[in-house]
Amino acid sequence: MKSLFLALLSAVLLTTAAPAMAGTVQEVLQDQRALIEKSSRRTVGPAIDALVMSDLPQMQAVLEAWQAKEMWQRKEDGWFFAASKNADGTYVLHRFEDGTKVGDYAKGALKQLKPNSGVRAMIATALVQYQLSDPDINKRTGALDSIARDPEAALLAPLRASIPGETDPGVLSRKTRLERLMSMAYDTDIAVRVTAINDMSGDLGVDFRATLNPILTTKTTILAVGQTTDATTDANVARVLLPGSETLSTQAAYALLVAADLAPAELTQDARDAALEANIEAGRVGGFPVAQLGTQAKRDAAYDALVAADLAAPRITAEDIAASLASYQFREIYQEPSQAVTDVAAAALAKSEGRVAVNQAVDLGLDALSLASIYFLAAIGLAITFGVMGVINMAHGEFIMMGAYTGYVVQMFIANHTLSILVAVPLAFAVTFAAGVALERLVIRWLAHRPLETLLATFGVSIALQQLAKNIFGTQARPLTAPAWLDGTWVINDVVAISSIRIAIFILALLFLGLFLFIMKRTRLGLETRAVTQTPRMAASMGINPDRVNMLTFGLGSGIAGIAGVAIGLFAKVTSEMGGDYIVQSFMTVVVGGVGNIWGTLAGAMMIGGFQKGVEWLNPSNTLAAQTYMIVFIIIFIQFRPRGIIALKGRAAGD
Amino acid sequence: MNRSFIARNPSVLIFLSILALFTLLVTLLSEGFGAGLVSTSMVKTLGKTLCLCLIAVAMDLIWGYTGILSLGHFAFFGLGGYMIGMWLMFERTRQIVVTSLSEGVLPPTPEDIQAAIGNQIFGVVGSSEFPLIWMFADSLVLQLAFVVLVPGALAFVFGWLAFRSRVTGVYLSILTQAMTLGLSLYLFQNASGLRGNNGLSGLQNLPGVTAPQSVVSLWFFWASALALALGYLLVAWVVSGKFGSVIRGIRDNEARVRFLGYSVESYKLAVFTLTACISGIAGALYYPQAGIINPAEVAPIASIYLAVWVAIGGRGRLYGAVIGTALVSLVSSWFTGGQAPDVNLGFYTIKWVDWWLVLLGLSFVLVTLYAPRGIGGLFDLVARKNPGEGP
Amino acid sequence: MSTLLEVSGVTVSFDGFRAINNLSFQIGAAELRAVIGPNGAGKTTFMDIVTGKTRPDEGHILWGEKSISLIGMSEAKIAQAGIGRKFQKPTVFEDQTVQENLLMALRKDRSPLAVLLFRPSVPDLDRVAELAAEIGLTEMLLRVSGELSHGQKQWLEIGMLLAQEPRLLLVDEPAAGMTLAEREKTTAILTEAAKTRAVVVVEHDMEFVRRLNCKVTVLHEGAVLAEGSLDHVTKNKDVSVVYLGR
Repeated sequence: MKSLFLALLSAVLLTTAAPAMAGTVQEVLQDQRALIEKSSRRTVGPAIDALVMSDLPQMQAVLEAWQAKEMWQRKEDGWFFAASKNADGTYVLHRFEDGTKVGDYAKGALKQLKPNSGVRAMIATALVQYQLSDPDINKRTGALDSIARDPEAALLAPLRASIPGETDPGVLSRKTRLERLMSMAYDTDIAVRVTAINDMSGDLGVDFRATLNPILTTKTTILAVGQTTDATTDANVARVLLPGSETLSTQAAYALLVAADLAPAELTQDARDAALEANIEAGRVGGFPVAQLGTQAKRDAAYDALVAADLAAPRITAEDIAASLASYQFREIYQEPSQAVTDVAAAALAKSEGRVAVNQAVDLGLDALSLASIYFLAAIGLAITFGVMGVINMAHGEFIMMGAYTGYVVQMFIANHTLSILVAVPLAFAVTFAAGVALERLVIRWLAHRPLETLLATFGVSIALQQLAKNIFGTQARPLTAPAWLDGTWVINDVVAISSIRIAIFILALLFLGLFLFIMKRTRLGLETRAVTQTPRMAASMGINPDRVNMLTFGLGSGIAGIAGVAIGLFAKVTSEMGGDYIVQSFMTVVVGGVGNIWGTLAGAMMIGGFQKGVEWLNPSNTLAAQTYMIVFIIIFIQFRPRGIIALKGRAAGD
Repeated sequence: MNRSFIARNPSVLIFLSILALFTLLVTLLSEGFGAGLVSTSMVKTLGKTLCLCLIAVAMDLIWGYTGILSLGHFAFFGLGGYMIGMWLMFERTRQIVVTSLSEGVLPPTPEDIQAAIGNQIFGVVGSSEFPLIWMFADSLVLQLAFVVLVPGALAFVFGWLAFRSRVTGVYLSILTQAMTLGLSLYLFQNASGLRGNNGLSGLQNLPGVTAPQSVVSLWFFWASALALALGYLLVAWVVSGKFGSVIRGIRDNEARVRFLGYSVESYKLAVFTLTACISGIAGALYYPQAGIINPAEVAPIASIYLAVWVAIGGRGRLYGAVIGTALVSLVSSWFTGGQAPDVNLGFYTIKWVDWWLVLLGLSFVLVTLYAPRGIGGLFDLVARKNPGEGP
Repeated sequence: MSTLLEVSGVTVSFDGFRAINNLSFQIGAAELRAVIGPNGAGKTTFMDIVTGKTRPDEGHILWGEKSISLIGMSEAKIAQAGIGRKFQKPTVFEDQTVQENLLMALRKDRSPLAVLLFRPSVPDLDRVAELAAEIGLTEMLLRVSGELSHGQKQWLEIGMLLAQEPRLLLVDEPAAGMTLAEREKTTAILTEAAKTRAVVVVEHDMEFVRRLNCKVTVLHEGAVLAEGSLDHVTKNKDVSVVYLGR
């Protein structure tokens, strides 16, 4: 009521630019003195309205001072001043009219006005209209934020009035959008509201949907059959609900009647049991021994006996419920009275939701792509050591971990995050390259062509490395902070957004793919690696040193795992167990993709990432389940393509 | 079990005698029945170790004899534990609930009891509904059957899919690891119906049994010893005859066995399923002694440790698997239990709780590199026995 | 003479390379046949196809009196149907005894349950002893087969093939790495076996083929180049081009 009144007043005021009614600020204040002194949320409205309506330019300062509890009253005459405390404990008063100093007063001669929080909120609302046109752009955006957070019909008119004078294009577009949204909800003219809704129909903004939703809120009401004079008969009916249908079960409908005191409540088990307990006589209830009442059927029978003896109220039967329901009609009523508005709002919301769904699919696609790049990153080192060389390295995940910890250690010494990442990447490569070379020379070389033994020995290495990391860095997760320029998010619209770090990982994955192809197809090492893995003896006889090539290739694969570790550490926690989170997935990626083919690894990462995101989308609360389903899916997938998506064919692949 | 079988496999008789002696000795020294030199918690540790030895025997059958490095047998072990745990937890909660509900004026209805048990068990995961998989939790007989059937069925389905598509070697190992990971992640969810990461607890209390833990622990110890003896006998018998020849043939040259007309897939599937069933039984005996089971028990790393034990003990000979498992798991619990003395190097103190796993990992690498036959290989050297001649 | 195995119009290619090209081949129920051909002629792939290891892209393989198609059957099923194969490299189960090797090969029910419950009966052991005598390994019966010499392993493998009682024996280079005396013995075993069953010997060594004294099929680039007696095919111009022309 109050806000409507205020809106009306301000509308009149601002559109007609009426001349000032009262003379000075002090006169206006004194007119409202009683209300201001004893301000409460319920009574202060007219006083604030009067201040605003006076149209005095100083009123903004008055309201701000009042809100900030800096308005004091001089006890001797009851005049209001802005006051500030002096160093000696006295207060200096300033006139509101021109800011001139009145003089210093002792605290005892003054009285501070202390509006409570409800009053302060009302002052804030009144202030918004000043702030909307404030020269300070921060105040203007602040006012817009406050309106958007808590829109109110009263604010529509000041908002509209402030639009023509707006100079900043950014603020102007926000104001215009907010004005459109508020027009939908609060404009008095139905036609204006319908136009506003239609104009924005299909908009993706969260604010748009948030504005439409309250317009479309419904309430289920009960109408006696044959009743026509009820206030709700000409309400804006969303739909009529039939008890017993999918939208309104019989029980729910009856519960509504009970809640509205239109029907007696059904007998609950608790009520029945209470009645039974109340009627125990000499160990028997209704003729049944208490000890026998251990089943629902017996208890029901005992209760029926009580009813027959008139000791308890009869139960409500299904027929009673049907009869009650038959005499009432259930309808969903829009809170919004205008059907024209609800119709277009429903249509606009449906359109928006349709577009939102499309955009969500795009967003999901981006998510899947980014997950796929993470898997690809984690797996690409394996694609070299396992895919090309055929060496099973179960400590691969620990190499990822070593890379991530290297990044963490570098950050302890280099504070600048950008610089530290630039240092960490080559250092992580160097560390894990060295670790890979050591592992190859000390263990893997001696187990050549015994894959199961290699698997076991590298498991041992993995266990030892994990525990070693735990001993050095402790069990708690260590942060690896991304530089600020990777912190942002690329927002495409209200639905589709992707964080910069994921874009960076995607780009890194592409770079690695390029690097891999370059090394394998264009460099001497790649040629020698392929020669050594395919026909080691022939390669050896042509002057290639297979031991050296194996060592370098293994080191390369491990080094890439280290770099992947830095990248993964940037968005996931760095722990000693992080390697284990990626090892199974990485192997799956390589196996599903097809061993020995980098494009297969890429396809495998895409498929696994896409599938996992798809399952998460179907069941958003449960990412654990998504991984379970993914593994089941992989096991079934291997049934159909045992050699992976991109399979090598031929006799060589047969054994 | 005819006479010639034992006669042909003297090691089986030796093993069974040692096991019987050990069981008798522990019983006589226990708190429950004897001198009290072996504490109840030690009896439990030993009983659990016997269960681990049983699953190690199964692991040896599938890996040492058939050549399939399964990294999933602890999943079957855990499933067996869960199956018996469901009954233990349900029945015990039921007794508590019935007692407390009987204090009411009216005798409790079955619905009241069921709802109260549901509340008790599933309160921790914010639910009180009984999931479908608890349908038979009130029946000891059915849950005991599930101890064998559920791991067996999972192994059968997984094995059928995997072997049919001729996944072999390391690929199969990784696939079994993925299966284990999938299962443990599944169990971690609250929606799994098995209390998510809380797992099942209070399993050491046998419903309706008032005997003290010192006695109950011995019952389980005997049961574990008996299960190990029977499991050992069964597996020794399986590998002794022509079946043993065929599976060792599969291990050494799968294609050759196929061209001899044996359906390799059926044999692998049979062994995989049988060992899963044995693992389930081992788990069902293990977890009541441990008192609690949670999804972390099923995590892939557990199955890897199993492979480590068997490898250290020496695969392809059953006593090797048992020795390796008993040794490593007992030493492991000694080191990680904080009983091992710290080593002060002056500048650094080696705490075994922290460093034991590093040591284990490295010794595992060394065993794989330099002693692929494990501890059992030493026995060969001493006994001048031919490897692979039998258990 | 009735046809035991009929291969017609079979083609297999690996990544575009035609290893077997429209190959047709027949053999009777009791016949010895040598298959020769240069490296890469498709001899091993031919055996892979017949034994079910490789699935042909086109063509028919018909088996036995009932002309059952072997395409799509598993290796084990084909072996059970009566086709035995000996590999180029001797593949016996080296950590098992000669007796265990032979028992495994003995023609018996091969289902897992039957094998699990199987305990060798006296006739079984007699049959194993008889086979061992045939391949000259009686002394070695209880020795681990890894201890055998190269030639003995070859014989053991042939013995295992015979134990299977196949109707068709596919033998890949049985004489490779054998001494002269061993070759003679191998020849004797094979010709003896061919009296009651079909035997296909794939061989490089012309001298050994001559010793076998049987019909010869020459393979080249995945197809049959010539067929007939050894003298007949060696006179064939194409054959001499293939063997000597390069």
